[in-house]
This record gives sequence, structure tokens and C-alpha cells, in this order.
Amino acid sequence: MGLYYSFGTVLLLLAITGPAALLFGFGGAVAARHHIAPVRLFGKTYISIVRGVPDIAFFLFFVIALDQALEWVRHKVKCPDWSEPIRQGNDFLVCSAAKLPLGTDPQWMHEVYGFLLAALTFAIVFGAFAANVLYGAMASVPHGQIETASAYGMNRRQIFRRVLVPQMWVYALPGLGNLWMVLIKATPLLFLLGVEDIVYWARELGGSKTARFSDYPHGDWRVWYFLGLLVFYLGFTRVSEKVLDRIMARLSRGQATLAGEAQRKAA
Amino acid sequence: MSCIATIQDYALRSIGIGERLLPRSDFTLCQQFTLIGSGMIWNIYFGLFAVTLGFFLANALALGKASKNTWLRKPSEWFIFLFRGSPLFIQFFFAYFLFQSLKGSSPFFGSFTSAWLGALLVLFCNTAAYTGEIFYGALQSVPKGDMEAADAYGLTGWRRFRRITWPTMMRLAWPSYTNEAIFLFHATTLVFFSGFPAWRQKGDALYYASYFADKTFNPFVPYPILAFYFILLTLVIIGCFGMVNKRLNRHLPKMQQQKFKFRMNVIR
Repeated sequence: MGLYYSFGTVLLLLAITGPAALLFGFGGAVAARHHIAPVRLFGKTYISIVRGVPDIAFFLFFVIALDQALEWVRHKVKCPDWSEPIRQGNDFLVCSAAKLPLGTDPQWMHEVYGFLLAALTFAIVFGAFAANVLYGAMASVPHGQIETASAYGMNRRQIFRRVLVPQMWVYALPGLGNLWMVLIKATPLLFLLGVEDIVYWARELGGSKTARFSDYPHGDWRVWYFLGLLVFYLGFTRVSEKVLDRIMARLSRGQATLAGEAQRKAA
Repeated sequence: MSCIATIQDYALRSIGIGERLLPRSDFTLCQQFTLIGSGMIWNIYFGLFAVTLGFFLANALALGKASKNTWLRKPSEWFIFLFRGSPLFIQFFFAYFLFQSLKGSSPFFGSFTSAWLGALLVLFCNTAAYTGEIFYGALQSVPKGDMEAADAYGLTGWRRFRRITWPTMMRLAWPSYTNEAIFLFHATTLVFFSGFPAWRQKGDALYYASYFADKTFNPFVPYPILAFYFILLTLVIIGCFGMVNKRLNRHLPKMQQQKFKFRMNVIR
């Protein structure tokens, strides 16, 4: 049944978006502190633009914009001899070969496309936040460590790979953990993007009833449904907290931080 | 229709005054600006009341969480975890359907299903939980020296709390609290997007913005307008909170004063 799949959808989204956002974030952070000025500018612009736009307006806006941008590019490539303007008043018209997904495609393609679009949006938005966290983490690796590395004759790339990246995680983890919690809580927004997630199903299953159903004899089961969801999210958050604590303890081992020092003394 | 007439018709549309029918075709920029601006009344209403009332509960929660008494600590901890650990979105939905079913059993809950009260209650609890956690963190980081100095002056109990602990806690928490307030105002846009229905198309700014986006298939006009209003609102909030921050920090040398740093959150 679709309802059970929808839980899977949420978990899948988290599984895809988490690493993707981390990747985007890492790229953004590296770009933002790159030694070539245009790359640096690009990284900083990415971080500040995405972080500057208010939350759900971004989700509503960005998906349509991305969709239209993709279709526009395909339109330019596939139908070069199309003479009519694409924007006719309020309509957005591309030739049928450029439609994404194609009108002839089966239903599951539409769903997968919608899902991927949503995942990409999430990854870009959360990537900017992760980039900000990682950027801060890279800056808080003690300067002495970097200086020592360069004193040993490592070049910029070697310092980055062998000293900066292994050490920055311990500074980044609190921020990343926070972000992960936010990401978990942002998943109900999927239904705004038209993906059949758990919130969507809640509305769908109750769809035959209108707003006035309080006089039903069996009471309203949707309360229990949302209570279940609430518990699902709370449990998820709780488990994540515990796991993050574990990872933090593991990462602090041998690091030049207070937590690492405490572990060394305890051992 | 001139722009003045549009403003007269729609400026208070979101609270039910003025023209009944929303514009259906030939949308002008003026109409979009007026209606979305009219929707902002709701955002400001929700945000203002939730922040003001939530402030008091947040203080209670922070003190409860820091309390040694288990009976005070546990409920505060759970309240904070409950509202911080789950999506606001789900909270809205859950609250709405809960009130719906309670309405069946008692007429007392009648007005809770409408947004002005039900959603306000959810936002109130939500912001109280988030703010409570901020205040708790600040309470934990009140400098030890301040407390020792208070002891040395012979201040104890309530007087020590009111004169030393609480002002310091506020001072430390204020920059984060500013962010929380901004964020709450942004979160008010979720109200009509979740369970709560917009009765007679009296919705908030996002409701009207998405109305226009639906009708015109062009998100590039209404959403930037919405963003524009929210940036204005954010600047006003930063201004107001900045004044309080100045007052809280007035005894400190300029260098030590905590500056507000704007941090955006995505969603709660």
C-alpha cells in the first residue's frame, strides 16, 4: 500500500539527501576558501544566496524554477527552429520533445522525476548550510597544526588532505548534527513538492471526507495518524541524537580539543 | 481600476474587510502587492502574539529545566523535546485534527479549529520550547564570578535571581533569541499551508502569494514580493530587538558587548 511506501520515500530522501548535501557542502566550503578568487567568489555567493532566502518560499519557488530551467535548456537544444516565444503571458510553453518528463512516459517516470527534483532541491539548500558549517570548521582547526604541516614541507594539497580534512570533522560535527535534525524535520515539506510522502497520504486517505466530519460516529482517526507521525519523528530524532553522541566520542579520540583531552586523561 | 482603488478594496481583505471576491484575471502588480501585504497582517498577528506570550512560558521552561526538582525538570525537558524534536508542520496537522475531534465531544473547543486560536496555540508552544532551550543554555553559561559577586553582596533567592541571574541570562540569550523571533515569523507562513483552512479566503501572505502563483503560473512575481515583505519585517524585528539588546548591554564596555549575528535557519 502507498502509505507504507511513503515512509520508505521519506527515509530514501534522507538517505540520498544527507550525503548529497554533505558533498555540496564540502564543495561549497572548499570553493569558499579556495586560493583562486573567482572560485572563492562562487562558493561564497552560493552559501549566502541560499541561506538568505526564507525557508519554504525557497522550496515552492526553486522547484518550479529548476523545472523550467531544465525544460528551457532542452528546448533550446532539441527544438532550435521553434519560433514562438516560450513565455506567452503567464504560460510557459516549450515544444513537446523538451517536456520533462516526456508526456508519453509512464507514470513512474513522473514520480521518480518529481522525487529527484525534490532531492536535488533539498541537497542544494542543505548543502549551502553544510558548506557554512564546514567552512567554519576548517577555519577552527588550530593554526599551529597547519603551520607544523607546512614546516614539514607539505604543499597546499597535502596539508588539505592529511591535516585539515581529518581534523575538521570534530569541529563540524555539532553543526552537522544540528543540520541533520533540521533535515529530518524538513522532510514533511516533500508533500509541498508533490511527492507522495507521509503527509500527502494523510490528506489523501481522508480525502473523501470534507472539513466537516466531526459528527462521524467512529471519531477522527487522522488524529491518531498524526500522533503516529509525531512519535515517528520524535523517535527518529532521539535515535539520531544518540548516534551523533557516539560519533562525536569516536571523532574526539586523539584530537587537540577539550573532549579529546578528557578522553586521554580517562584512559 | 487605479491602484488606490485596489488598495482600498484589498488592503484589509485578509481580515474580511473590503472586496469579497479575489481578483480572477488580469492580475496587476498592484493587486499582488496589496493582497500579499494584506496577508502579512496575519503573519504579524501570529508572530507577535506567539513571541510575546511564548517569552513568559520560555522563562518558566528554562528555569524548570535547570531545576533540581525532578517534578519540575522532567516535564520541562519533555515539553522542549516534544516541540523541538518534531516538525512544526506535523504539529500543525496534529493539533488541527486533535481539535477537530475534541470539538465533537465538547463545544468549548469550537474556536480552536480556526487558525486564529489553534495555530496561535501551536506556534506559542513551539516558540516557547525553542526559546526555553535558548534561555536554558544562557542560564547555564551565566559567569560563575557574577554569582560569587552576588553572594558577596548578600543577595540571595529571588532578589539575586531578579537582579543578577535573570538580566545576565537575558543578555547572553538575546542574540540567539533575536534569531528565534525572526525564524518564528518566517514559520508563521506554514499556518495556512498545513491543516488550518483559510476561511473565506482570508489567508496569510504565503496563501495569497501561492494563489497568484497558481493562477498566473508564474512564481517569479508573487514570491519575490513575499520575500520583499519578509525582508522588511525581518529588518523591523532586528531593529526592535537591537534596541533591547543595547539596553541589556549598556553597562558593558563596547568591546565586550555581544553583537547580533544574523543566522538563517531553513525550517523547523
